[in-house]
Amino acid sequence: MQRITREMLTSKAISLLNDGTVSAVLGWREGEFSYDLTPSLFYTAEDIEQNFVFNDFCGANFSKYLVTKTLGIEGKILAFLKPCDTYSFNQLLTEHRIDRSKVYVVGISCDGMADISKIRAITGDGISSISCEPDGLKVQTIYDDEPKTVSYEDAMAERCICCKSKKHVCYDELIGEEGEENPDCNRFGKVAELEAMTPDERFAFWRGELSRCIRCNACRDVCPACTCEKCVFNNPNSGAENKAPATSFEEQMFHIIRAFHVAGRCTDCGECSRVCPQHIPLHLLNRKFIKDINTFYGEYQAGKEVGSRAPLVDYTTGDLEPGQVFEREGM
Amino acid sequence: MRKSLLTSVDSIFSKISESMALFLPVDDPTGRANYTRWEEGKKWSEALNTVKSPKDFFFPQVEDLMKFKVSGKNIELKNTAKIDEDFVVFGVRPCDVRSFDVLDNVFLSEPRDGYYAARRKHGIIVSVACSKPSETCFCHTFGIDPAGEYGDVTVWKGENELFWKANTEKGEKVMELISEFTESCDDNAADDIKAKIEKIAEKLPLRNLSAENFGGDKTDEYFDRPEWKSLSESCLGCGTCTFVCPTCQCYDIKDFNTGKDVIRFRCWDSCMYSEFTQMSAGQPRLTQLERFRQRFMHKLVYYPANYDGMFSCVGCGRCLKSCPIHMNIVKVMKTLGGKADE
Amino acid sequence: MQVNEYKPLIVAFCCNWCSYAGADLAGNNRLSYPDNVKIIRVPCSCRVNPMFVLRAFQRGADGVILCGCHPGDCHYTSGNYYTRRRMALLFSMLDYLGIERERTRVEWCSAAEGAKFAQTMNEFTEAVAALGENKRLEDLRCKE
Repeated sequence: MQRITREMLTSKAISLLNDGTVSAVLGWREGEFSYDLTPSLFYTAEDIEQNFVFNDFCGANFSKYLVTKTLGIEGKILAFLKPCDTYSFNQLLTEHRIDRSKVYVVGISCDGMADISKIRAITGDGISSISCEPDGLKVQTIYDDEPKTVSYEDAMAERCICCKSKKHVCYDELIGEEGEENPDCNRFGKVAELEAMTPDERFAFWRGELSRCIRCNACRDVCPACTCEKCVFNNPNSGAENKAPATSFEEQMFHIIRAFHVAGRCTDCGECSRVCPQHIPLHLLNRKFIKDINTFYGEYQAGKEVGSRAPLVDYTTGDLEPGQVFEREGM
Repeated sequence: MRKSLLTSVDSIFSKISESMALFLPVDDPTGRANYTRWEEGKKWSEALNTVKSPKDFFFPQVEDLMKFKVSGKNIELKNTAKIDEDFVVFGVRPCDVRSFDVLDNVFLSEPRDGYYAARRKHGIIVSVACSKPSETCFCHTFGIDPAGEYGDVTVWKGENELFWKANTEKGEKVMELISEFTESCDDNAADDIKAKIEKIAEKLPLRNLSAENFGGDKTDEYFDRPEWKSLSESCLGCGTCTFVCPTCQCYDIKDFNTGKDVIRFRCWDSCMYSEFTQMSAGQPRLTQLERFRQRFMHKLVYYPANYDGMFSCVGCGRCLKSCPIHMNIVKVMKTLGGKADE
Repeated sequence: MQVNEYKPLIVAFCCNWCSYAGADLAGNNRLSYPDNVKIIRVPCSCRVNPMFVLRAFQRGADGVILCGCHPGDCHYTSGNYYTRRRMALLFSMLDYLGIERERTRVEWCSAAEGAKFAQTMNEFTEAVAALGENKRLEDLRCKE
């Protein structure tokens, strides 16, 4: 359960709207069920009072919205950013994609968000309501008379289980307690597991995963590091355009290039895997690049500092040779 | 009506696949179901529905249309489509069977689409009634009965038995094929199951969603509504909703140069994409608002205008489950004027 | 007796200033290397983006090798330093996806190293031939 409550956010939002600090608030709008919240701009206190929601299903990363939403608006936008969102926000500032003076960042502490498909796997389908109680999520389905309780631990999204940092790297104001970085999060555990497999096993693993891809581009379109105005895959003149994975090669190419293009800029927010309708663990591609960058060129966390130089637009004369990649221990 | 033991279902699958390809929902390692070709060891999924809809069988995501080779002034054409074998799609839900009607209107009216028509001719659909609908289901809105008779064969799943009813000649053939595993039973044998489904369906949260305020004559009423702005504001412009949708039918035709010849293929396209329907003059819908509006106006207004009031949505709920930002047709209908909860 | 020896298709991206001249020198010196090495001249090894490598495989390559100036000797000062980082990450990623790591290589080869160029190509071709055809990054549409 989140220690931050809806009231803390709405009262902050309304007071900043009323005193003219901001002219719009980026928040979560109520949906049909308890879990299907939509990111939305709120312009009035009334709207906030009626439709603003905050609960354990506020996983969406707001940073990318600020790229476009700050353009068409007078004054500032208030954005509630979780720790992981602030890394993406910083990265976008580094790339000059957001005008910092147009955003009022309120950092909010986060206790890990819930994943509705994990809940569904436990309670079964037909979820009519979910309430966040101190001892767990009370899930009512149309098939049961009594609500079932799902612990926050069981419901927690994979990316939140190995959260790299509860610390905000950017804010104008903070609600809740500031957390710490968590170097022991073991976020590279699964990558290491794959590395330890034989090439045949790895190939079979990725073939199985990538063959499910329906090329909806959600992973790309949600990614805060993917902000090209025109993607090569959408550009009929690029020679690489494709709207559908016609062969297994095209599945591989799309995912390698997608991950490569954000290598060194990916903050590991995990949105790609969250939005994948086929639950392909796309973050494992991004994390492989992050892990390699850390081992080859020294620890680097994208978005930690504004203005830091991404490893792929940097070099040292003593860098590792590509041929040495596999000569290192255990590879 | 005939019945079979639930335990004999694998023998039935085995029998069918001896004479033709059989596809059915199978769980992948992440626990989500997708249509897969049956072979020994594949288990029929318990899931309500598949991530990708069965429209893929008749209107595949990628389909080669022809090959050609240019040498000097000659063009050599080769038909690459080979659609001449029957196949069975088992476990199609009533909403998805209805989606084939939506696609039929488009592809089988003049000019008739030969590729689609051939697949429809050879495809045999075994529908299975929905014993466990999800909160995201709203097929009632479009007059679909989750316990009703759809497809070439309808199956109702009980505790220990399956009840089979052939609805067409094609269906009769399949029933004949598996007759050794089934025995005849009373025509009312599945009534209990149907009643149970109806009872559950009454509890669905979207049960009372109505489409009566939408239809072919509503273009002027909805096109310029200010609500489109807030509805579309957080749309990412990805194609998830269109690619999981059983009724979305837009496609693009492209050439792929293999180095030796050129393959002309078609693939699904999405109105959410910035280059959708791009012409030499440019893109007719420049903003995401326009693209977003196109999708829902097409489903709720333009399609009914073209095809006798039939909506191009079947209430399967896939987009409700898959949209990264949880914006969907239900929210659009409720915001613009569908009657919700009376 | 009929010998049907398998010949892999090798695509070699060579930078204009060093490696392409190195290949020239190999030719002038009558050093032989396999004729199934197809050279694509690029202004700098840094011009090669990961898509080039992947698309070479798509179009039928069994091995892809990048040749550029030695680190420190880049005609554009630092191009090959970026190449070095990019390719290290790309090759590691391909390996992670289960694609044979011997199919890709980066080799620095100056305009004076005709002998090294020929030797590199001989060695690389042999290594790729030992792996057989590229099956894991193939596009069936381009084969037949």
